[in-house]
Amino acid sequence: MFQEFKKGLWSENAVFRQLLGMCPTLAVTNSGINGLFMGLATLFVLVGSGLTVSIFKNSIPKQVRLAAYVVIIATFVTMADLFLAGSVPEISKSLGPYVPLIVVNCLVLGRAEAFSSKNRLVPSVADAAGMGLGFTIALVALGIVRELIGSGAVFGVQLLGGWFEPWLIMMLPPGAFISLGIMIGLINHFTDRRLAARHQHWE
Amino acid sequence: MQLVLIFISAAIVNNFVLTLFLGICPFLGMSRRVEAAFSMGLATTFVMTLTAALTWIINNYIIKGFDVPYLQNVAFIITIASLVQFVEMYIKKSSPSLYRTLGIFLPLITTNCAVFGLALFGDLKEFSFIQNIAYGFGAGAGFTLAMTMMAGIREELRFSAVPKAMEGAGITLIVAGLMALAFMGFSGLLTI
Repeated sequence: MFQEFKKGLWSENAVFRQLLGMCPTLAVTNSGINGLFMGLATLFVLVGSGLTVSIFKNSIPKQVRLAAYVVIIATFVTMADLFLAGSVPEISKSLGPYVPLIVVNCLVLGRAEAFSSKNRLVPSVADAAGMGLGFTIALVALGIVRELIGSGAVFGVQLLGGWFEPWLIMMLPPGAFISLGIMIGLINHFTDRRLAARHQHWE
Repeated sequence: MQLVLIFISAAIVNNFVLTLFLGICPFLGMSRRVEAAFSMGLATTFVMTLTAALTWIINNYIIKGFDVPYLQNVAFIITIASLVQFVEMYIKKSSPSLYRTLGIFLPLITTNCAVFGLALFGDLKEFSFIQNIAYGFGAGAGFTLAMTMMAGIREELRFSAVPKAMEGAGITLIVAGLMALAFMGFSGLLTI
């Protein structure tokens, strides 16, 4: 079970490895705090829909399963959306329509179809929680990088002094694409080298 | 005149892919060949225009008429999923040759966030019925434009020496970033 949880964190990380859920990843990560709340909302939806799908997997007819999953997901998304609007109105406003857009996040539907519909309750929840947490980590990491370079702050706390000229571009759409591209490149670079080293060791 | 402005605003100034980050999955995943990218764009434009019309009716007469805003997400996604299903069935019956070109892309459109995002952003802008259709058509045209440009660049990229770690996703995202940078030149052109 721990294996199911762990794979989502790194080896099958949704953002860095599988390139799923790119819309929210790029759209809301102009600050660490936005990334954190977006990630947690997605985590909630993943666990909720994984749980529900794995309970009802035998009573949902095969032909309409995707429609049924989408309705289940949309219900949990509405819950998360209303909860955010009620408890943290400012963050909810800055996330805007990207919270309801979790409905069409391919990561959520992908896990429901590929995992929860074939597995029992406990592994489904572990898988969903791992994937959601991995997604949250990726969003927060990207958010921190963009916020630090784009405004010199992390989670709203000014870290770099007056000498630092913020790169405004990092807060704008091109910064999202370029910083994620560079992060994926760096991760590939270092993991490939580590894999290559291990191969040499074995040979 | 205003319809033209809404169209240009949705297609170029506030391009769905490059400034709103909607429809990134097909933009990164389906943009290897120009023809495929263009067909995908056409199919999506068709569905988006119809979605703009249908969701406007549902939003204004059902969601707002009965004052049930908490059903908005569920209503929109059911509308889009069934619309795509009907379009697929209709094209299959009426024009088999068109179905062969667009058919494989149609099921993918249901989970394209550009279509669902169109319904949500159209609601925020409080357009009239005709304006919303122009918005949907413009958004689809902008999606097609971005997809085709990206596919054109990627066809050329295959012959250039990209660092090994950046191959695939990395270089595609950087190219998308440079395209977004170019499209930022249009910002402030229109304020709709």
